[in-house]
Amino acid sequence: MPKLDSGAELEKLRQNILSGRDPGKPCIAICAGTGCLALGCGNVIATFKDEVKKQKLEDKVDIRETGCPGFCENGTVVAIYPDGILYVKVKPEDVAEVIAETIIKKKVVERLLWVDPSTKKKVIHEKDVPFYKYQKRILIGNNSKLDPKSIGDYIALGGYSALAKALFHMTPEQVLDEVKKSGLRGRGGGGFPTWRKWESVRNVSVDPKYVIVNCDEGDPGAFMNRALMEGNPHSVLEGLAIGAYAMGSHDGFIYVRAEYPLAVENVGIAIRQAEEYGLLGENILGSGFNCKVEVHRGAGAFVSGESSALMTAIEGRVGEPRPKYVHTSEKGVWDKPSCLNNVETWANIPLIINNGAGWFSSIGTEGSKGTKIFALVGKVHNTGLVEVPMGITLRDIIYKIGGGVLGNKKFKAVQTGGPSGGCIPEQFLDSPIDYDELTKLGSMMGSGGMIVMDEDNCMVDTARYFLDFLADESCGKCTPCREGIRQMLEILDDICKGKGREGDIKLLEELAETVKDTSLCALGATAPNPVLTTLRYFREEYEAHIEQKKCPALACKELISYYIDPSKCKACMICLRSCPMGAIDGGKGKIHVIDQSKCSKCNTCFEVCPPRFGAVIKVSGEPVPPPPSEEDRIIDRVK
Amino acid sequence: MASVAILALCNISLSLEGKDNMAAAELDKIDEIIDRYAGKEGMLIQLLLDIQNELKWISQEAMERISKRNNIPIGHIYRVVSFYKAMSLNPKGKHIVSVCLGTACHVRGGLGIMDKAKEFLDMKTEGTTPDRKFTLERVNCLGCCALGPVVVVDGEYHGKMTPSKMEETLKRYD
Repeated sequence: MPKLDSGAELEKLRQNILSGRDPGKPCIAICAGTGCLALGCGNVIATFKDEVKKQKLEDKVDIRETGCPGFCENGTVVAIYPDGILYVKVKPEDVAEVIAETIIKKKVVERLLWVDPSTKKKVIHEKDVPFYKYQKRILIGNNSKLDPKSIGDYIALGGYSALAKALFHMTPEQVLDEVKKSGLRGRGGGGFPTWRKWESVRNVSVDPKYVIVNCDEGDPGAFMNRALMEGNPHSVLEGLAIGAYAMGSHDGFIYVRAEYPLAVENVGIAIRQAEEYGLLGENILGSGFNCKVEVHRGAGAFVSGESSALMTAIEGRVGEPRPKYVHTSEKGVWDKPSCLNNVETWANIPLIINNGAGWFSSIGTEGSKGTKIFALVGKVHNTGLVEVPMGITLRDIIYKIGGGVLGNKKFKAVQTGGPSGGCIPEQFLDSPIDYDELTKLGSMMGSGGMIVMDEDNCMVDTARYFLDFLADESCGKCTPCREGIRQMLEILDDICKGKGREGDIKLLEELAETVKDTSLCALGATAPNPVLTTLRYFREEYEAHIEQKKCPALACKELISYYIDPSKCKACMICLRSCPMGAIDGGKGKIHVIDQSKCSKCNTCFEVCPPRFGAVIKVSGEPVPPPPSEEDRIIDRVK
Repeated sequence: MASVAILALCNISLSLEGKDNMAAAELDKIDEIIDRYAGKEGMLIQLLLDIQNELKWISQEAMERISKRNNIPIGHIYRVVSFYKAMSLNPKGKHIVSVCLGTACHVRGGLGIMDKAKEFLDMKTEGTTPDRKFTLERVNCLGCCALGPVVVVDGEYHGKMTPSKMEETLKRYD
């Protein structure tokens, strides 16, 4: 492939690709993202390829391995274009039928359609599924339309036209101005206005300058960066190149965490292809502008996602943060001006350049423009990635898109913002979500993790979980974070174990304020948030743990006991056989009893007891009723 | 002085592992990886990750070799290796089992999966089994949150895990 030498050549190439494609030709788009891989999409893809070959249909149908479309709960997800028929939970054994019915006979395979849990109706087309219908998928929507390993697919969709527009029709100042007018704020968590970062880097006249993509998505519960990087890496590269042009940089870094091997692979391929086509590297599109991009893998440290820490990691050193009285926009990587933005921030740039700041800022709220991708997970029906305009309510996301809470359980809280965020209770479900609103509620946007919790989740345990995570991930450089988090964790551990003491809550609050005010970087400064928000909204749960030694959610192992209700036990022996500790006594026709001294509280008996019996009972804060006498344990039918 | 102390520590752990000398083939591999990044600055982490991927651990010999060839103090290399989770100072087991305990997996019962794995492998804590067949480790989010609880065995992802599925899965690895 000779390098493209001008914007016109890129356009010509696009037309060539498009004219070689028949828009009416069926295309089977199969998700090959990490989520569906976990559900076995590898076999589904291989079977589709074999079947198409076997039936000699290679000319009649295309197979596309796409990035993550977001509907992960239902993987493997297969979409048939141009009609947009959506099949869910597809297995290799379904493949032959899909080919025979849908591709050849143009009929829908009913049993593979998604069923709306509320109406029990089957939905044929992607666009009619509520999960997709209420989203605004300007970033992630393309994931199902392209093969991330093919630059041709991206170019066919208009890819790199924003870069060409910036290079040939805009000055760097105009690009910066457009980003400023768009109102785009950083998608990595803090929500800092993107243009301000860009402007301060642009204003420093030092060479070289660096532009960096932060794909060290360490927040547990968030995976939108992974999906974009795996599913549409060129959109991030295009944004990065445009940013480099605006700031006068020629060197880019992409920092991807080690836990995302597929993202590393796909972005590596994308860089090589873009260089081959003259869309990255030397003399891009013949404009004279150079931009070289290199991938750095992270090595498994949450704190390395912090901007100054990430920059030290790029230098090959231990990724620890430093005080930022000298901004990284002046002294970042190798002490040179550096601009670091999140994957999602960069991916927005080509859209802003192509469609204009006015279009972008028409989406969202006063202070937060555009869309945001959230990872909707936990106890909801439709887990996955959802892209919504800023300002949508939590209720719309959880109920309209997410399909509500799993089972017949009651919604308790939604945790947003990762370990630095907080738990938002039911009374705020109608709050519009944007940067400022979430901060007001004591949480934050963070990278966009949204974990739904139901009545079975204990809020003290949740706070403990996050502090455990943060204590493990604190780099230990500054004392308040290293010691403060550890002390808070010890107190919470005690509370969860029933060893809480009067005054613990006050002590937690004091510690939280100190850690918040005196830590070196954002990890420590936001670490107390999970404790503070749960204390703010669920104080009575803390009090129950401390005063009555009771876990109201029946979740904290040390505070619960199991027993078998003699009136419900049918002596079916399922729990008896499953108990790993041999703690259940009983037999055929003999009501089972749990030996409390042997019980390890592993919850196995509770899980295996058939729901129609529901004989295993969990209690907390009260004694277990005494077992029935030997005589009463004999069930009537045998007596 | 610090590096001497560190080396002494490494020696202890190495002799415990019963491994004194590295095979020549492994040293060649290390050299080849060092060559990959020759002349480039700031590549220590990338280089160590490659060694970890190919040899499954970072030995004292490997650190010494890098130190000598790239002129980096060994204490500095040791600090990097001990800081990052993806790098290991001890050889890992034949099969690596990573149980995700990220938030989404946690609320869906990831701890129960971890307990089951420990029970099956007869281990009290995470780490490598005495026969070096399995290494059990906790990870804080693999980005498959919608499918929690998630477990990865030797790079193969298993979603929607239950304790009984965990046992079945582990039985398949020998």
